[in-house]
Amino acid sequence: MKFSTLWYSIRQGVKNIRRNLMFSLASIGTMVSCLFLFGIFYMIVVNFQAAVQTVEKNVTITVFFDYGLSEEQIAAIGEEIRYREELNTIEFVSAQEAWDKFCAETYGEENASIITDAFVGDNPLANSASYEITLKDVAKQTEFVEFVEGLDGVRSVKNSEAVANGLASLNSLVGYASMAIILILLFVAVFLISNTITIGITVRKEEISIMKLIGATDFFVRAPFMVEGVIIGLLGSAIPVIILRYIYENIIEYLMARFPIINILVNFVTTEEVFATLTPLCLIVGVGIGLFGSIFTTRKHLHV
Amino acid sequence: MLVLENVTVTYPTGITALDDVSINIEKGEFVFIVGSSGSGKTTLMKLLMKELEPTSGKVTVCGRDYAKVKRREIPKIRRKIGMVYQNFRLLKDRSVYENVAFAQRVIETPTRYIRRQVPSMLTLVGLANKYKSYPKELSGGEQQRVALARALVNNPEILLADEPTGNLDPKNSMEIMNLLEDVNRRGTTVVVVTHNRDIVNMMQKRVITVKHGKITSDEKKGGYIDEV
Repeated sequence: MKFSTLWYSIRQGVKNIRRNLMFSLASIGTMVSCLFLFGIFYMIVVNFQAAVQTVEKNVTITVFFDYGLSEEQIAAIGEEIRYREELNTIEFVSAQEAWDKFCAETYGEENASIITDAFVGDNPLANSASYEITLKDVAKQTEFVEFVEGLDGVRSVKNSEAVANGLASLNSLVGYASMAIILILLFVAVFLISNTITIGITVRKEEISIMKLIGATDFFVRAPFMVEGVIIGLLGSAIPVIILRYIYENIIEYLMARFPIINILVNFVTTEEVFATLTPLCLIVGVGIGLFGSIFTTRKHLHV
Repeated sequence: MLVLENVTVTYPTGITALDDVSINIEKGEFVFIVGSSGSGKTTLMKLLMKELEPTSGKVTVCGRDYAKVKRREIPKIRRKIGMVYQNFRLLKDRSVYENVAFAQRVIETPTRYIRRQVPSMLTLVGLANKYKSYPKELSGGEQQRVALARALVNNPEILLADEPTGNLDPKNSMEIMNLLEDVNRRGTTVVVVTHNRDIVNMMQKRVITVKHGKITSDEKKGGYIDEV
């Protein structure tokens, strides 16, 4: 294809949008509303999942060792645990630290020293050195605990199976449900948008058949429609992304200022993180539907 | 140039539009195809434009057997044929200039040639001063002249005109016919489908009469033959 033809197609595509302004606006409007709904839902799901994951990561597993194990042996156990992929954090808590922590938690920071001083040299929690472990994925807890229990020198492993299982199933439920809803929303979006594009092109059936009878190739007829589809797709997806971004930033700020308790309960996913996925996703969906919608719809009318 | 051999077209509805038709039109001829509506004239045009496949028989245009032409080759063949319609079929949202230029853009003519050829073609059809107008601002005769300019701008070997004067008054009809005759004099084969008796009688060209899908007469030079 010659450069002049390419340039002509682009100019025609832009002109077509203006010539068929009502249909262009209808297509863009449909796309904006669909992707806006999709975006809102996506933001809710992402934050919900992040919240669940935060909770998951705070589910601790405590590993205690056999009596009289040397520091090297404890370190060796630590090494073996560090090789596990599902590991998130591992922290060694010595017997002394455990005792200090216990006193501080039980008697308060100020009074703790009275108690610890009284027990100097005689730690009631001797042999209570431990590894405090969190996992990346709470669903793998059972498997992980079985592994650690099987290690030499491990006396016992403390964990809450109920919490782990509950969280794991909640997480997968939310995962599946949101996947299903996102798919349905996307399907509805694709259907509505391509329907609007179809109507826009069908009213220009005559134009297409004239072009074909003059001797235009399929590509020549189609190119301006493709340009048009891409522009409509770009506008239709950029607008909701910009609006959603504005809303997201301001709503979080507002919620945090208005209800400080939310800060403790939920760690909002940052705007950057949400939109690192949402922006390209919306653009791909928008431009994709615009482009392929116009290709498929023109195809029907090209057989002249 | 245009050869139909034993062509039959039967539509899915069961109606036979053309029944074992054979026509041979030589290069440089001016031919009228006449007949009342429903006689199969439009089907004949569609065959020549390869808008339609014959149910049986062979269509050859510019030396190409249509049965052997692939779908992607159709545009190339159509570029050798200029087509004019009764209802003009102009692109309504484009100016006169753009409508004519469009035919050149389709075949990827460089813009600098388009800028030269379109005005000279519009001058030929007498519309040089209306290049900025839109089809709805023109009279029927003017619109048909734009259509003619569009059909001719790429120097086609064949010009097909389907009822070109169907929507025009006698004066405009005559002007269009004179233009077609000019075009024919320059060497383009011209085929005009019509049922305008006055024009056919006046022009005294080859007349092929179609009735109920069959050719009932083919006069080398003559007038409109009344259907009995």
